[in-house]
Amino acid sequence: MKCQKCNKTATFHITELTKGKPEELHLCEDHARQYLTTQSDEEPAVTPSLAGVLAHQLAVGQTAEELARLDQRSCPVCGITFYEFRNQGRLGCPYDYVCFMAELEPLIVNIHGETDHVGKISARYPEGTEHRTQLVRLRREMKEAIDEEDYELASKLRDEIRKIEEPPKKK
Amino acid sequence: MDLNQLVTTSGEWLRGSGPESDIVISSRVRLARNLAEFPFIGRAGQQDRTEIESILRDSIMQIQESGDLEYVNVNELKGIDRQFLVERQLISREHAESEGARGVAIARNEQISLMINEEDHLRIQVMHSGLDLISAWEQIDRIDSLLSDIVNFAYHPKFGFLTACPTNVGTGVRVSVMLHLPALVITRQIDKVFRSLQKISLAVRGLYGEGSQAMGDFYQISNQITLGKTEIDLVKQVGDIVPVLIDYERRARDFLVRESHENLHDKVARAYGILRTAQTISSEETMHLLSSVRMGVNLGLIDDLQIPLLNELFIHTQPAHLQKLRGIELDTADRNIERARYLRRHLNKNNGDESGKN
Repeated sequence: MKCQKCNKTATFHITELTKGKPEELHLCEDHARQYLTTQSDEEPAVTPSLAGVLAHQLAVGQTAEELARLDQRSCPVCGITFYEFRNQGRLGCPYDYVCFMAELEPLIVNIHGETDHVGKISARYPEGTEHRTQLVRLRREMKEAIDEEDYELASKLRDEIRKIEEPPKKK
Repeated sequence: MDLNQLVTTSGEWLRGSGPESDIVISSRVRLARNLAEFPFIGRAGQQDRTEIESILRDSIMQIQESGDLEYVNVNELKGIDRQFLVERQLISREHAESEGARGVAIARNEQISLMINEEDHLRIQVMHSGLDLISAWEQIDRIDSLLSDIVNFAYHPKFGFLTACPTNVGTGVRVSVMLHLPALVITRQIDKVFRSLQKISLAVRGLYGEGSQAMGDFYQISNQITLGKTEIDLVKQVGDIVPVLIDYERRARDFLVRESHENLHDKVARAYGILRTAQTISSEETMHLLSSVRMGVNLGLIDDLQIPLLNELFIHTQPAHLQKLRGIELDTADRNIERARYLRRHLNKNNGDESGKN
């Protein structure tokens, strides 16, 4: 394999994970050194990573229109579009794992080689996530209502939020 | 927390004790967790971030483990103090450089740090000196369980703990060891080691994360996969490879001692000489030379230096530490002069030849 920045053989294969996106780099010794010593200040020009993996996956067996439609799909809870996720490599809220499950699964297999968690189990599931996720949506809707000066709706939403917040809260 | 109290010590991970501590600097486990009722950080507004911070802060300060935890409001810290915490590995560079409501709870002994509003709402870190992964995992597991009783962490029965980036989903656990591998670097075997580690899904990074691979020949080895394995399996996956790497490094050192003793001794002695006499020196060169000297001490080529002092020099010569020790902010050129002075003062102390003239 050749270095991504010149014609020498790539001897360093670096996977970046800290920015939240797995990113493969194949570099010769000189460029690897350069990359590794200067990288903290300036982001490298190569940022596709997760977006690249996704694009590759999605390109298989999908038409451009299907892709465009997928990009526009948004999470009903936090409002993030699939396009935004693809671009940023970060999800918007816990519910994204449910609403984009079909798209995320192959990506997760690609990263982890597995799709099912076998580790520590949350003591508070399901009351924990499923129920509480609604708060993310309600808060967002309340903020939008306030922005649009629909105070009647905002106060209704606030009451709903309080109803969910109250019972499990223990000090 | 008074950061100035921390300045004069060297931090848990450079204490220089614990099993295999000539090669294994520190063992670290971190967990990523998010509150179920808030969007992830990327979609969280200022109000959300403020609420997340206050909920997590209150919960952290409530749990029993936190008898000696102190909270630092990172958003209100000066740049140099944030940098200082990064140098000590108590917060990430990303956390230091981001904006908005965020903070960190730090144990007095610096073994525990809990970052709020990093890439995930909560990043818990436990760091022990030397090779000590299992007990680091047990400690972080306890903290996580105590917190789970108070707050709702986002969780899905199939995917496990939900994180902003799918690379952390499942256990949310990152297990890492920091190794000092100068002989593998000198013998040019390090890239081979890199490659074989990647084949078994282990990631290799430099001292301060991705951007500093070469700094002082310190390498962090960590798991890449977080889903589909239990936490203990992941701890073992990293833990099992460490003896192999230690063995490689020791063999490389033996080889150097056997095959090119003069060259090796010369390299170490020159490094020591420069550090004791330089008048201006960059952070990078300092790390590089200290690395040789550290190996020299471990191989018995230098006998008037102790590892704890060397470890301390590694951290005290970092930019923010140097400035805090001096008590004033310095530009790069002045820092290089101050760094050289600091090194001369501490390295010449033992034998008293050029002692503390500055």
